[in-house]
Amino acid sequence: MEATALNPDMAQAADGVIVTRELRRRYQMGDTIINALDGVSLQIQPGEYVAIMGPSGSGKSTLMNVIGCLDSPDDGEYWLNDKLVSNLKDHELARIRNQEIGFVFQTFNLLQRATALHNVEVPLIYSGISRKERQRRALEALEQVSLSERKHHQPSELSGGQRQRVAVARALVTRPSILLADEPTGNLDSQTADEIMALFDQLHRAGNTIILVTHDAKIGEHAERVLRMLDGQIESDTRNVPRQ
Amino acid sequence: MLFGEMIAVALQSIRANLFRGFLTMLGIIIGVGSVITMVSLGSGAQRAIDDQIEALGANILSVSTGGFMHRGVSQNLGTLTIEDADAIARDAEAIAAVVPEKSSRQQVKLGNLNQNLQVVGSTPNFQTVNSYKLAAGKMYTLGDGAAKRRVAVVGHGVAAKFDTQIEGLLGETIYINSIAFEVIGILEPVGQVGWRNVDEQIWMPLETAQFRVFGTDELDRISAQVAIGFTADEGIIDLERILRREHKILPGKDNDFNIGDPTQFFNVRAAATNIFAALLAGIASISLIVGGIGIMNIMLVTVTERTREVGIRKALGATRLNILMQFLVEALILCLFGGAIGILLGTGISTAIARFAGWATIVSPTAIMIAFAFSAGVGLFFGIWPARKAANLNPIDALRYE
Repeated sequence: MEATALNPDMAQAADGVIVTRELRRRYQMGDTIINALDGVSLQIQPGEYVAIMGPSGSGKSTLMNVIGCLDSPDDGEYWLNDKLVSNLKDHELARIRNQEIGFVFQTFNLLQRATALHNVEVPLIYSGISRKERQRRALEALEQVSLSERKHHQPSELSGGQRQRVAVARALVTRPSILLADEPTGNLDSQTADEIMALFDQLHRAGNTIILVTHDAKIGEHAERVLRMLDGQIESDTRNVPRQ
Repeated sequence: MLFGEMIAVALQSIRANLFRGFLTMLGIIIGVGSVITMVSLGSGAQRAIDDQIEALGANILSVSTGGFMHRGVSQNLGTLTIEDADAIARDAEAIAAVVPEKSSRQQVKLGNLNQNLQVVGSTPNFQTVNSYKLAAGKMYTLGDGAAKRRVAVVGHGVAAKFDTQIEGLLGETIYINSIAFEVIGILEPVGQVGWRNVDEQIWMPLETAQFRVFGTDELDRISAQVAIGFTADEGIIDLERILRREHKILPGKDNDFNIGDPTQFFNVRAAATNIFAALLAGIASISLIVGGIGIMNIMLVTVTERTREVGIRKALGATRLNILMQFLVEALILCLFGGAIGILLGTGISTAIARFAGWATIVSPTAIMIAFAFSAGVGLFFGIWPARKAANLNPIDALRYE
């Protein structure tokens, strides 16, 4: 057990792929204001495998969105690879989403009319990489998730597990600093979920930094560290016993 | 490369809703097509008038008797004489040739057929000044005039008036006002010049006409050819100066003659045609704007349908500008494609009108370029709002959109 709550004075010097300090995010819902993030400070080291858990409404998805630069905090600081990203402009955030972050969503979020290969290529298109290089790297990423033989299939022709593997390949193709997965097994049956989790374990062993949002304790067991959230705050930060 | 992706995505999206894309383009097709058709009709009419002006001989001024009409009565009515014509020929620097004329409609008889035709007494140079060509026979000469010979040169259409061929008319005797004339020459067809049908006129030496047919030494018209290097206005100034002097008109008094520039009549008509053509093109461009609104409507639907896609692309690193361009390119492709089909349609309709209705139409490259540029403009103008709407979507909201 090791607490990693951050000493505010150490923020800039602190070593870590992700460092946040007192993040706050409020939403207006009708007449009530919801504090989705209510002062979240945390630090994640390169190569860590972190699960963010908590009941719905606890703020875990908001935290993930802020970390993924899909949302900006109202207050507080967010450092990604020693760069303050909490108040960057739209095109700078787009660049970070493109280069530093790989997303895996519960609903896969693949482009329906594009082939598996093209779906994996999309982030590289926005990186401005040439067509040939793009296809080579996309194919490589599909091989990593053992799906290269399905490269010309559209998402509608793939099973749920295969779709999620395409999404993982797409997240990996830009070699991002962190892999963000939001309930990646939420739409999968248990056997397929195990496959996907095995894939994440394998990616972790290969040195990727993985942040996983889930409410499923069984999924959370795969991570080496668990952050439990409640009412917009981190309730506990624990390390799992390494599995055999 | 990124642009290639945008075009590919746009084409894919249009192909996914092909019929909808076609209906959307239809607005632009009809708009561009009607603009091209209207403009080509307008330029065709313009060309027709230009041709008429050219046939008239752009550099011929016409002096006629008469001042102005007041309460239905001609005031200040003067006369024109051969002395006036001589004075102009002698003194006017800006005038190269002078053709005095006396004319009226007369009963003309050949065999047992009677026709009422325009009979013109004129000096023989009317032929060269107006660039009329002889089809058969010869022109009368100044000597014929001096001798007051009864010879006539007739327009090409006169033969038909008397149910005969031009060969049958040449050398025949015709009776004008019961006076026998020999037909010595026949002109080639000229066609309608202004309000006169030259092909159905009969010419004779001026002196013959004055003394044998009309019984007067007055003229009713002097045509004056403007000399090379002078403008019509300079010619008019010269004519007015000399005629006022000849007619002894005091300063401040009105002219007792009129000087007409026949092209003016056509210039007015040309201006009217221009206005009409502009009006037609204006109405046609309204349909182009309506087509543009159709594009905007469909693009708004497309943006709503593809909200999730926008969210996905933003999450994967698309910037606001990337998304904006992507939807703008799609609107542009719809418009340019529609514009291209519209140009073909407009050109086809113009050609069909020219062939089947016999109206002059000219499909000018300028009109095509303008129509193409206009449809691109419509695409940009009406595409930018939906594209901005897509670009400004918040990535999380877009991703959660169902």
